[in-house]
Amino acid sequence: MDTSSLSLVDLSRAQFALTAMYHWLFVPMTLGLGGIIGILETFYYKTGNPEWKRITQFWMKLFGINFAIGVATGIILEFEFGTNWSNYSWFVGDIFGAPLAIEGILAFFMEATFIAIMFFGWNKVSKGVHLMATWLTVFGATISALWILVANAWMQFPDGMTFNPDTMRNEMADFWAVLLSPVAINKFFHTVFSSWIVGSAFCLGVSAWFLLKKREHSLANKSILIASVFGFLGAFLTAITGDGSAYQVAQRQPMKLAAMEGLYQGKEGAGLVAFGVLNPAKETYNDSINPFLLKIEIPKVLSYLSYRDIDAFVPGITDLMEGGFEQVSRDGCTTTALSAEEKMRLGDKAVQALAAYKTAKSEGNDSLASAHRAEMEANYPWFGYGFVPEKADLIPPVPLVFYTFHIMVTLGMFFLALFLLTGWLSWKKKLDNQRWLQWIALLGIPLAWICSESGWIVAEVGRQPWVIQDIMPTYAAVSALNPTSVLVTFILFAVLFTVLLIAEIGIILKQIRKGPEDVH
Amino acid sequence: MTVIQRVFRFYYEGFRNMTLGKTLWAIILIKLFIMFAILKVFFFPNFLNSRFESDEEKAAYVSEQLTEKQTP
Repeated sequence: MDTSSLSLVDLSRAQFALTAMYHWLFVPMTLGLGGIIGILETFYYKTGNPEWKRITQFWMKLFGINFAIGVATGIILEFEFGTNWSNYSWFVGDIFGAPLAIEGILAFFMEATFIAIMFFGWNKVSKGVHLMATWLTVFGATISALWILVANAWMQFPDGMTFNPDTMRNEMADFWAVLLSPVAINKFFHTVFSSWIVGSAFCLGVSAWFLLKKREHSLANKSILIASVFGFLGAFLTAITGDGSAYQVAQRQPMKLAAMEGLYQGKEGAGLVAFGVLNPAKETYNDSINPFLLKIEIPKVLSYLSYRDIDAFVPGITDLMEGGFEQVSRDGCTTTALSAEEKMRLGDKAVQALAAYKTAKSEGNDSLASAHRAEMEANYPWFGYGFVPEKADLIPPVPLVFYTFHIMVTLGMFFLALFLLTGWLSWKKKLDNQRWLQWIALLGIPLAWICSESGWIVAEVGRQPWVIQDIMPTYAAVSALNPTSVLVTFILFAVLFTVLLIAEIGIILKQIRKGPEDVH
Repeated sequence: MTVIQRVFRFYYEGFRNMTLGKTLWAIILIKLFIMFAILKVFFFPNFLNSRFESDEEKAAYVSEQLTEKQTP
């Protein structure tokens, strides 16, 4: 593979990462703050106290700003699929088509209808109808997220499809296997619950700012209590679903797990790295350099989290490259793991069989075509390995995955403790004088986004080089474009999204400084 | 008033009475214009649709791309 195609892949990846990460600045706030607004309005509906309405309308205004700035930013990702990742788009079009179409219809009809009632409907529809519209907006946004996460989960764990060499497409064979795959279920709930943390951290931080400024005492205290309870619930459920996600990663993407933990040499009773500093001198998986400069481990926990057995063997990067260890396959049988070379050989056979099938088919030799097709199908689970130039390319960037994973987990624990503390002190009406905690809560706003984005970096960088796990690497998925044109669009997006972000932050800060308006 | 008239009036009054919402709608419309009328048209044509007419041609191209990209 020449240098120009490498730079094309790198640029295309950078562009997709940039747009996805910017898009993700808006989404978790919509999902998380939406839930808080629903709870606040439910209190208004139950009590009839206009103070709850005033509080709801204040947060709803901030929700509206975020929604307006963020809406449709995800469509750019779909542009990129068609332009920059055309091989991939064609290859998976049938799988992606259904979830994305459902997502589009739901997003348009549910959110667009109910969000109008939510913003325009005060005093025009009954309290009950308005409350229902608010909750349906939140529900609609959450269900929209389901479909895109199902599509993403399928890329991490392709299932429920068959590859048709005539159309060159993976065709959906089992919709329910795609929708209800354990990876999709865990990913959906983990993502939604973690978004509750982001929305709650924002609500908590802004309310703490009001307390620091000795303003809006009632709004701040009521909001802090609701955000703390909702945020704690979100953080707790995120931890549980995070455990489920890590278990799925151990079964389906062991290389990602090894990178998350900086685990080069597998072992039985493997410990979980609670804190670690990687050794930058480590260059290859099989050199003798210790991967850690410093490491504090919790014994046996990684084995338990990965296989529900404290003595289970967790393969490291070296084991996954060299194979030879016992593993449980997708159909539940115990097999010996293949080495990277063996997988690349099988992938090579699959791709060559595909080419031979195409040739035999064009020559009208059906029996030969059938034989090649059978060979291709037998080796299809390793199809993507046929495109991998060097076996070292099968290892994701370990430092980035390791550090973002540990940042995510550490911040997750931080928010669990923060929400517990603020909730308790707020309940006891002792938060007003805790200025240090108010400052920490304010600092929690950017930390929540760092935590959330780190989670996506783990998920997406950790599965490199795969765009579809084991089936298609990024360099086979990319369109044959001029790298300069990708660079131009990268810069355009960077400018556009930065302007949008500055606009959002500016408008939100102005509205926060202005504070809530009188009830209308 | 018919249901359609009531729905129209609901939206009409909602949009008319917006304050901050007018700024937000301006941002949304500018953003959508940039995305669909500039970016999509000039920078993000569908790679396969802009080069091939039929699905068969697209499949043949992707097949060729994938088998060519294979490591020798």
